[in-house]
Amino acid sequence: MRRAVIAFTAFLGGLIFLLAAGPTTAWAEGEGLKGTLKFQGQPVNGVKIAVAAENGDPVGEATSNAQGEWTISVPEAGKYQVTLDTSTLPPGVQVRDGNNKRTPTVYESNVSNVLFALVPSGQGGKETGATPAPTEPSMWGRAPQLIFEGINLGLVIALAAMGLSLIFGTTGLTNFAHGELVTLGALLAYMVNVGFGLGVIPAAFIAVILGGILGYLQDRLFWGWLRNRGSGLIAMMIISIGVALFLRFLFLFLFGGETEQYTEYNAQPGIQVGPIIAAPKNFIVMAIELAVLIFVGIALLKTRTGKAARAVADNPALAASSGINVDQVIRIIWTAGGALAALAGVMLALSQSLKYTMGQEILLLIFAGVVLGGLGTAFGALVGSLVVGLFVQVSTLWIPPELKSVGALGVLIIVLLFRPQGILGRRERIG
Amino acid sequence: MDWTTIFVTTVEAAIGLETVVYALAAIGINIQFGYTGLLNFGQAAFLGVAAYGLAVTVATFGLPFWLGIVIGLIATVILAFLLGIPTLQLRADYLAIVTIAAAEIVRLVFRSVAFKDVFGGSDGRQGFSDGFYALNPFPRGEYGIGPIGFNERVLWILVVGWILIVLACLLVYLLMKSPWGRVLKAIREDEDAVRSLGKSVFSYKMQSLVLGGVIGCLGGFVYALGNASVQPDVFGTELTFYAYTIVILGGAARVLGPVLGAAIFWVLLVFIGNTLSELVAAGYITFMTTTQVGPVRFMLVGLGLVLLLIFRPQGIFGDKREIAIDAR
Repeated sequence: MRRAVIAFTAFLGGLIFLLAAGPTTAWAEGEGLKGTLKFQGQPVNGVKIAVAAENGDPVGEATSNAQGEWTISVPEAGKYQVTLDTSTLPPGVQVRDGNNKRTPTVYESNVSNVLFALVPSGQGGKETGATPAPTEPSMWGRAPQLIFEGINLGLVIALAAMGLSLIFGTTGLTNFAHGELVTLGALLAYMVNVGFGLGVIPAAFIAVILGGILGYLQDRLFWGWLRNRGSGLIAMMIISIGVALFLRFLFLFLFGGETEQYTEYNAQPGIQVGPIIAAPKNFIVMAIELAVLIFVGIALLKTRTGKAARAVADNPALAASSGINVDQVIRIIWTAGGALAALAGVMLALSQSLKYTMGQEILLLIFAGVVLGGLGTAFGALVGSLVVGLFVQVSTLWIPPELKSVGALGVLIIVLLFRPQGILGRRERIG
Repeated sequence: MDWTTIFVTTVEAAIGLETVVYALAAIGINIQFGYTGLLNFGQAAFLGVAAYGLAVTVATFGLPFWLGIVIGLIATVILAFLLGIPTLQLRADYLAIVTIAAAEIVRLVFRSVAFKDVFGGSDGRQGFSDGFYALNPFPRGEYGIGPIGFNERVLWILVVGWILIVLACLLVYLLMKSPWGRVLKAIREDEDAVRSLGKSVFSYKMQSLVLGGVIGCLGGFVYALGNASVQPDVFGTELTFYAYTIVILGGAARVLGPVLGAAIFWVLLVFIGNTLSELVAAGYITFMTTTQVGPVRFMLVGLGLVLLLIFRPQGIFGDKREIAIDAR
């Protein structure tokens, strides 16, 4: 009896924890403390952290790993003392305000985050008190940097949004699984890069090709079959949610819940270009994205297939009656959409890091870009995505960075209310 | 293999806290989606706003428990109006995107550092449930039949939860038999026809959204009180999607569909999870570890949702003529 109750409670606790703590910590067992040590954006490893119970009894010790992360599990919920051993910090680094002790409270089935902000020695020491760090630039000094980052984000969103928008235009499907196609690209590249030991660049090529093939197969074997069966659009939308859940947890199953990085181009020192500081990889990533988008744009405008794609997106019935093979065009769009989403995933993983939820996290921003530009239009999606990317980053001038997505989602809602056809859409599209 | 534990946890899952929370959320969705055809993908926000309304009132401002419930309900109704007034005229896919975005906004605001003093950031709020457990009529101890049992706190919240489910089902049954309910179903089938009969479609949709939201928000209260805590990430989009899976599994537009769906959903989830864990621990399954059992269960949820919609969109107990998913 008692055992059963304990087992049940533990299981429920685990379930709730699983739902509550979200993906990052979902697979840690029981209560614990964790944190990530970063100094100027780079992880700091080899730093000793000790945890003691409230009465001073030692509980555990950990050393931060190559990602700067450390985890210590604790026996039960309660208050703990966490001490960072300052002698193990790299030279020239110290904890802000010289305070290397924290006393967090750990709740039932919860892993609490403990923050140690690391600053250069002699800065943010005890004497600085309330004065902000001297390197903090003024609000308008930060604007060019944020615009740069906004364009960077906007281009990634645009890559994914073009495919999503064209798929919507041609088939009417609001594909909630498109975020997972982005993750898929990033993970395929990771598999080739880490699993087979190829460089990041060939890995990215392979991932994009595989993404295209999988996009084709997805339409050939699944969505096309559903269309022919006469499934309703709302049914297909909910099916795409099922597909998204399935793929997301498949990625978690295969890849694990950790944040990973490719083997190359990780910690690049930033270079200064005018008012902007960024790692060289960011410039290259943006150049690739821009080149691909221009290429796709020209293909849409100039080639027969591109024109056919736009015609089908505009009015499938009319396109079919003027001799366009609609099914073939849809296949091509799915292939291109899959490849573009995979590229977006690789680019996103290069400029940030890999995680099985990375696509899910930008899915709503992709939707925002698509809706803002006008559902079903390719160039609208491009413009809309850039606007969303810029808006997200630049809005951090006024609002806290953690709320930046809120602003973008707010804009999404407002656009849908007042101009549901988007910037480049036509009025008749709304229902 | 410990079959007794598997059996006990599975039976307990059928009537457990998660089933109650998801059943209430799903009854709300059933009113909106099953009967009215509204694709509200923001149900998680309704549960979240109610749970936080209660938690913040009691834990942050130190006000009494009943006031917390009232404020949670008011917050839910306000959310329904805020969400409904602008969006109910949009077509189905736009409504889905707007509601999912709104739900994410609510979650991000709850977990933001800027409002940490009010909502408690990503740790959420604790220590607001004493007022509820002070009303507990059950004396201390274990209650149950054989190995299946709960302590007095769990029993109390489950009793309250199941009473709420029964009342909600009764309400849905009576409403859907009334002329009001027939108008909702007519809106699901053909909005323009209803409009041409002189009914205000917008007003009916709004009533459906508010009613579904309020019933769903009871699930938020049950969650918050049952766990004696709230965290923002509980109220993510996945809660909504699982609730949709439950509605479709049980059968949309059926009074008892969501309740049976929730029980079956959690029984399957718990049974499969425990059995797999045991099989892995006992060495029968070698290609995965115990931590990988969790994702496998949710992969099956996704797969189940896909297969249900393709091969049996009416779910287990539904009627194929009564589902709104083939509109447009």
